[in-house]
Amino acid sequence: MAGVNARRARKQRVLRWAVLLVLGVFFLLPLVAMVEFSTRDPQTWPLLVNWSKLSDAYPDLADGIVASLEQAALTALLMLVLLVPTAIWVRLRLPRLRRLIEFLCLLPLTIPAIVLVVGLAPVYAWVVYFLGGSSLTLVFAYTILVLPYAYRSIDAGLAAIDVKTLAEAARSLGAGWTTVIVRVVLPNIRTAVLSAAFLSVALVLGEFTIASLLNRTNLQVSIELLGKSSATMSVAVSLTALLLAFVLLLLLSLLGDRRKSTKEPA
Amino acid sequence: MTGVAVHLKGLRRTFGTVHALDNLDLSIAAGELVCLLGPSGCGKTTALRVLAGLEDADAGQVLVGGSDVTALPANKRDMGMVFQAYSLFPHLTALQNVEFGLRLRGRRRVPGRAADMLELVGLGQFGARYPHQMSGGQQQRIALARALAIEPAVLLLDEPLSALDAKVRVQLRDEIKRIQSEVGTTTLFVTHDQEEALAVADRVGVMRAGKLEQLASPADVYQKPASAFVADFVGLSNRLPGVVDSSGISVLGTTLPLVSAAAPGPATALVRPEAVSVSADPSGDGRVLTCSFLGPTSRVTVAVGETLVIAQVASGLVPSLAPGTAVSVRLTPVPVALDM
Repeated sequence: MAGVNARRARKQRVLRWAVLLVLGVFFLLPLVAMVEFSTRDPQTWPLLVNWSKLSDAYPDLADGIVASLEQAALTALLMLVLLVPTAIWVRLRLPRLRRLIEFLCLLPLTIPAIVLVVGLAPVYAWVVYFLGGSSLTLVFAYTILVLPYAYRSIDAGLAAIDVKTLAEAARSLGAGWTTVIVRVVLPNIRTAVLSAAFLSVALVLGEFTIASLLNRTNLQVSIELLGKSSATMSVAVSLTALLLAFVLLLLLSLLGDRRKSTKEPA
Repeated sequence: MTGVAVHLKGLRRTFGTVHALDNLDLSIAAGELVCLLGPSGCGKTTALRVLAGLEDADAGQVLVGGSDVTALPANKRDMGMVFQAYSLFPHLTALQNVEFGLRLRGRRRVPGRAADMLELVGLGQFGARYPHQMSGGQQQRIALARALAIEPAVLLLDEPLSALDAKVRVQLRDEIKRIQSEVGTTTLFVTHDQEEALAVADRVGVMRAGKLEQLASPADVYQKPASAFVADFVGLSNRLPGVVDSSGISVLGTTLPLVSAAAPGPATALVRPEAVSVSADPSGDGRVLTCSFLGPTSRVTVAVGETLVIAQVASGLVPSLAPGTAVSVRLTPVPVALDM
C-alpha cells in the first residue's frame, strides 16, 4: 500500500515538473529572444537607461513614456476617488444596489477594446472640445477600463471586514462620515486599495488599442511606432515595460500574502 | 458620574410589513440598568438602535436627560455602545481603540484616561495588543472600556455576550454589572438570554412584536409574569389544565393563587418546574417518563394521566426516580399566570 502511494507521489512530482518546464519554456523563450535581439546593437541598453540621451535620440518614445506614467498615476487616482467612497457607501447604505454596481463595473471586461473605441470616439469629440486633445484625456477611458479589476479588489477588501459594525462603532464614538471613511475604513482596506492601484497602473502601462485608435500618445503607441524605425530599441523598451508590470504584480502578491499572515488563525 | 434619565415615547418602526416597534414606551431612570429581553425579531435591537441614532423611527420621540434627541445623528448623541462582536478597529491597538472617542472629543490627558479605562475592565497590561491578538471576551472588555471612556450619557449594550462561550459569558456578565454600578451610567442592555437578563438588570423589559409585555424587577418578571408569553419566555413553564374559582386555580388537586384575577371556568396554568415536587410513591398516579441530569438539579418528566408535568428536583433524588417509577406529584402554592 505504502509502495503504491510512494510510486504515485513520485509520478505526480515528475508530472508537476514536466508541466512547469514546458510552461516555463513557453513563457521564457520569447523573453530570452527579446533579450538576445535587443542586445545585438550594443548601444541599445546603455541608451535606454540614460534618460537625457534617450529623449534626444527618440523624442517620441520619451513623450510616450512620460504620457503613460502620467496616465497611470492619474487613472489610479481618479479610480480611487470614484470607487472607494462608492463601494463603502453601497456596503453601508445601499446594499441592494451591490449587484447592479458590480455588474456595471464588470461591463468593460466583456466589451472588446475595439468596440469600446467605437463608442468612445464620439464622446471624445466632446472631450476634445472641452479639454483639448492632450493624451492625458485618455485617463477617463482608462478609468472605465480598470473598473472591473479595481472594483473587485476593493470590494474584496471591504468584504473582509465588518464595515457596518465598524462604522456604527465609530459613529457612536462621535465620528462623522468623513472620519469614519478616512480613519476607520480606509486603514483597514489599505492593501485592497493598494492592489487596486497597482492593477490600474499595470493595465494602463500596457494599453495600446484605445490610445492608438484615438490618436493619442502613450508608451505602447510609441513602441509600436519605434518598431518601424529602430527595432532593437522598441524590443528593449517592451522588455522593460514587461519587467515593470511583472514587478508590480509581484509586489501585489506580496501584499496579499502579508494581509493573510496578519489575520488571526481562526 | 451620575446618569441621566431616558424616555422612549410612542416609537414606531416598520420594515416592510413587520412592525419592529409598535408604539413602544420605555422609561429608564437615571443610573438604572434596564434589560430588554425577547425572542429574535421582537424589536429589542431596533429599540436600542433607535436610541443610539443608528436607525430612524417612523414616529415617536427619544428623550435623553430631558432633551429631545430624536433628530440628532448618532455621532452627536453622546452614547457609548458595545456591539455583539467584531466592533474593535482592527488596525488600532487596544489602547488606541479606547483613545479613539476621546481624541475625537479633543479631551486632554487622553492616554491617562484610556489607561484608566483599561484598568477598570481588568486589561491594564493589554494596551499594546491588537484585537486579533485577544480572545473574544477580552475584545468585548476593550469594547466596553472604549464605550465608557467617553463618559457617555447612556451606555448601550447590544447582545454583548452572545458571541462568547458559556463560562466567559457568565464572568463578563457579572463584571458588566459591577462596572455599571461603579460608574453609574444609565444603561440599556439587549439580550435574548433570559438568565443573562435576570442576572444583570435592575428592571427587565420583556418585548414581543414591538411592544413591551412587562417591565418589572427580575424577581417580579419571574414570579409574577404579567402574561402567558412572559411566563413562557422567561424560564420553562408547565402548561397544566385546571379550573378557576374565586380562590385561585385548582390544578392536580392543589389550589394555586393567581397573579391576576380571571373569570371562573376551565383554564391552563403556567407552573414553574421548581414549584413541582415529585416523590416515589407506589400508590401515586404519576409515572416517570424521562430524567435529565443538569448538574446540581435534574429535570424529571412525569405523566399524570394525559398530562405531562416537568419537575425540577435535587439530583440526589434521581436514583429513586428511574423511568417507569410510580410517583406522586405535588405543587407548591405560589402565584401562577394563566395561558389565555
